Amino acid sequence: MRRTSRAIYSILLVVLALIFLSPIYIMIVNSFKTRAELYNNALALPESFSLQYFEAAMKKMNFLTVLGNSAFVTVGTVVFVVILSSMTAWMLVRTDNKLSKFMFMAFISTMLIPFQTLMMPLMQVMDWIRTHLHIPMLNTHGGLIFMNIGFHASIAVFLYHGFIKSVPIALEEAATLDGCSKFGVFWRIVFPMLKTITITVAILDVISTWNDYLLPSLVLSDKGLRTIQLSTFYFFGEFTIVWNQAMAGLTLTIIPVVIFYAIAQKYIIKGIAEGAVK
Amino acid sequence: MKRKDKFWFGLFTMPLFIIFTTVVIIPFIIGVAYSFISWDGIASNPKVFVGLDNYVTIFHDERFFSSARHTLEFTLLALVSVNLLGLAFSLLVTNGLRTSKLARTFFFMPNLIGGLILGYIWKFIFTDGFKFLGGKTGLEEIFFNWLISPRFALYALVIVFTWQMAGYTMIIYIAGIQGIPDELLEAAKVDGANWWHRLTKITFPLLMPSFTICLFMTLSGAFKIYDVNLSLTNGGPVHSTEMFAMNIFNEIFGYGRYGVGQAKAILFFLIVALVTLTQVIITKKKEVQM
Repeated sequence: MRRTSRAIYSILLVVLALIFLSPIYIMIVNSFKTRAELYNNALALPESFSLQYFEAAMKKMNFLTVLGNSAFVTVGTVVFVVILSSMTAWMLVRTDNKLSKFMFMAFISTMLIPFQTLMMPLMQVMDWIRTHLHIPMLNTHGGLIFMNIGFHASIAVFLYHGFIKSVPIALEEAATLDGCSKFGVFWRIVFPMLKTITITVAILDVISTWNDYLLPSLVLSDKGLRTIQLSTFYFFGEFTIVWNQAMAGLTLTIIPVVIFYAIAQKYIIKGIAEGAVK
Repeated sequence: MKRKDKFWFGLFTMPLFIIFTTVVIIPFIIGVAYSFISWDGIASNPKVFVGLDNYVTIFHDERFFSSARHTLEFTLLALVSVNLLGLAFSLLVTNGLRTSKLARTFFFMPNLIGGLILGYIWKFIFTDGFKFLGGKTGLEEIFFNWLISPRFALYALVIVFTWQMAGYTMIIYIAGIQGIPDELLEAAKVDGANWWHRLTKITFPLLMPSFTICLFMTLSGAFKIYDVNLSLTNGGPVHSTEMFAMNIFNEIFGYGRYGVGQAKAILFFLIVALVTLTQVIITKKKEVQM
């Protein structure tokens, strides 16, 4: 392409991308508008920048608390998924027997089961554990993290398994000869080599945990335990929708996502591509 | 295995496998059993074995069949629009322009926001944004509140799902396009193949693995759609956008028909597995080796 046509193409591309994001523009501009202004023109820029709707939405959504809850559940889930599934996958790759093959198959073959097929019996199992083993699975963040780990195990083990197969075994053998225990071999030698796939697994888990609505809605009933998604749902459910305040609430919920995207953009896009192609 | 190896094997694999078994395998097995039982979800009430009765009940459930029709129609429309847009985006941003990276970032953005929130954003656009546009432009046939019309509410759902998923498929198509060797396209150019020929005779056939993944992802995503459905239309107007997943949820937790709902859930699993596996087998066959 010639220089001018390249320049025109470049500009058109950005314009197209901005049009694609226009719903976000509409959300943001209306979060500053008064009711009258909003109904007068839903697309125009606001005349006054008042933060009062943000304040009101923040209070109603209990924003800081739910932000903390979401962060806690997400970080907890990701840390455990990464630790447990990398260890499991490594063992499954490095031991060649019937049990390890069976376990790998169990992880893989259940990937097609939709959540809706499991949700009711899962709640029964968790209720049983609560009443008979006295472990508080329902209505606790710990219980939610526990269930998240179970649901994310398949894909994480699958991704780690595929990656570890291409990691040469020589270093591990050398370390074993030097007297390193399996634990030492894994954490000192293998795990650092899994960095790229760990980032992929972590990214995929952050996104799916942060955005999950259905499982938290079944597990958490206490208001104080709500995640961002739950709080958004109740925010819209409990009142007749006051749209300007609602838009302020939605804008608030998107801010953490945008910050995360801005910081980890490179890894997110790479992680999505790798997670899907594998 | 030696005893010591057994110990290490257990230590490394058992924590995850026990959690996984508790959360996925046991519920699945119990779930199959529940589908043969009549129960209202109240612990003190009896669970009665009814054999295949729940499955028979489903076949007389007009609302389940209509949710099946909506899901099917929605899935087909979404499959086409998500992949056409995702593919178009990927072709637009793989030519080394400086703004391509920025465009990629923007196109992918909605995917990160989460279905529930996307639904609420668009709810405003379809109710008030469209009303405003209709009044301003006079095109009230196009710009009216889509969510009150059974037909258009389904299309609204397709639009929101497309907005969510197009950037995701774009990423996968980009990875596929970047895997095609430049020499191949250059050689074709030298041989006089025009843009369209290069696209359809070289790029598309070599993109088949990406098509397999993207179609699989959109197909299973569309089949299982729940949160966008919940926040955008909540199944309305008059159940016209109630999808499979929502119908199952309502049957179990809304009406307390645990057995029938679970039978639907098992059927749902079989349908999802059958459809997605068929699709993967068909598109895999079309993949060519380089």
